[in-house]
Amino acid sequence: MIATFEVLLRLLVWLLLAPLLPGIINKVKAWVAGRRGPPVLQLYFDLAKLWRKGVVLSTAVSPGHIAGVAVAWVSLVCAAMLLPAGPSGAPLAFRGDALLFVYLLALARFCTASAALDTGSAFEGMGAAREVSYAVLGEAAIITALLTLGLQSGSVSLTTMLAPAAGAGAALLAAGLFAVLLAENCRVPFDDPNTHLELTMIHEVMVLDHSGPPLAAILHGASLKLLMFSVLLAEAVLPIGKLSPPAAAAALAGSVLTVTVGIGLVESLLARLAFRRVPLLLTTAFLLCLFALLVAWKGGHL
Amino acid sequence: MTSALNLFIGLAMGVNLVALASSRLPSIIRAAALQGMVLGLLPLLLEEKFHWLVAVVAVGTVAVKGFVIPGLLRRALRVANIDREMQPLLGFIPSLLIGAGATIGAVALGGALPLRPEHAHSLLVPGAFATVVCGFLLLMGRTKAITQVCGYLILENGIYLFGLLLINTTPLIVEAGILLDLTVAVFVIGIIVDRIQREFDTLDTTKLTSLHE
Repeated sequence: MIATFEVLLRLLVWLLLAPLLPGIINKVKAWVAGRRGPPVLQLYFDLAKLWRKGVVLSTAVSPGHIAGVAVAWVSLVCAAMLLPAGPSGAPLAFRGDALLFVYLLALARFCTASAALDTGSAFEGMGAAREVSYAVLGEAAIITALLTLGLQSGSVSLTTMLAPAAGAGAALLAAGLFAVLLAENCRVPFDDPNTHLELTMIHEVMVLDHSGPPLAAILHGASLKLLMFSVLLAEAVLPIGKLSPPAAAAALAGSVLTVTVGIGLVESLLARLAFRRVPLLLTTAFLLCLFALLVAWKGGHL
Repeated sequence: MTSALNLFIGLAMGVNLVALASSRLPSIIRAAALQGMVLGLLPLLLEEKFHWLVAVVAVGTVAVKGFVIPGLLRRALRVANIDREMQPLLGFIPSLLIGAGATIGAVALGGALPLRPEHAHSLLVPGAFATVVCGFLLLMGRTKAITQVCGYLILENGIYLFGLLLINTTPLIVEAGILLDLTVAVFVIGIIVDRIQREFDTLDTTKLTSLHE
């Protein structure tokens, strides 16, 4: 009974905290630009508004359109449940859950892309094509990062993999994971979350024909993914799993806040990359993770 | 000591990949200069006892590879008025991946070679192999003369790194001679770049394949 209650409580914390991050990013961007900016809780208001609205569907869509959005949201929530939060471990933990984590992220992406294709709009098809073609490189990087952590800790369970600090290659791993975070969450050097120009959009194109509660699920899922990647980055680099629970909670909150402010600063200070430069940057992120793997593999012998 | 040495050589190996990935000529020149300076400091780390001659060679290497040669190249660049490598023979992503593969292969090869015990745990040999391969990649895969010079410099850095294995037995006058040769070579190439630019109005070396009277 207590265990069920704890899992539910954690689920609630993940779900409720996630929409805070885009608000903080927007606040940082507004602060750098000298504007007042939207309130930090803006995404909560948006989600509440969208949830009350009706759904407008194209005549071309199949039931798979709504189902795709739902499956994507649920798989992101399941992936969040696999991530440990400090020393208390993950709500769901078993041997090999790192593989399931990667597959759940891929499933969420597949469902979002297929729901976008389902609208029959050529424009959204273009967005889906862009999203999955960048994902090929981003996924290679994140799998390499997880391999590095697995090699260092000698385990394939996220709870044991993320508990100790990253070894000698921590800086490489952090840089690689941060670049992957920016790419996977459609942040600035790769994609601009605010733009609505057809030439530059990736993620935003796919969700143009969604409305009402499905759009709310997609926006909430995106913020959940951002929170997940921030937590993953923080726990991969810092030994959060080895701290006492209050210290771990403080360290986790502090590092997630640092990552979020970092994203805001990157968005304010960097320009969006041209499309043909994006694969080069993603390859660099992959290589950073690969060299972290090399350091983890050879570090003991050198 | 070894960990500081490995950190510096690792930095030089990272700079190789930066040079392979960048399309802007000034950043490639900067990468080659940074690598030359980092490697120029290594003799100070390798020698157990501080010797003034070693310090002089280190300062000379840093000055020549970090300031004199990049200065010559930047002057050639200013005269030629170009900024980017537009049509490389080997694309940036493939060359980056080949460079990374070569680096990993070099580390694996370094572990397999029967090295002397004092070198077995350092990155000297893998770093030398990786730098030589990356230098060759830049030489072969790019068409602009300036980039090829940078490839040549990186190649020379790799050979220099290999030479550091024998630092206790090589007379320092040889090191100084190599440095002088390198400067003269880059100086001559600077003149050649100027001539290519005047003759063909471009620095594309693929135009230099046929002979004329």
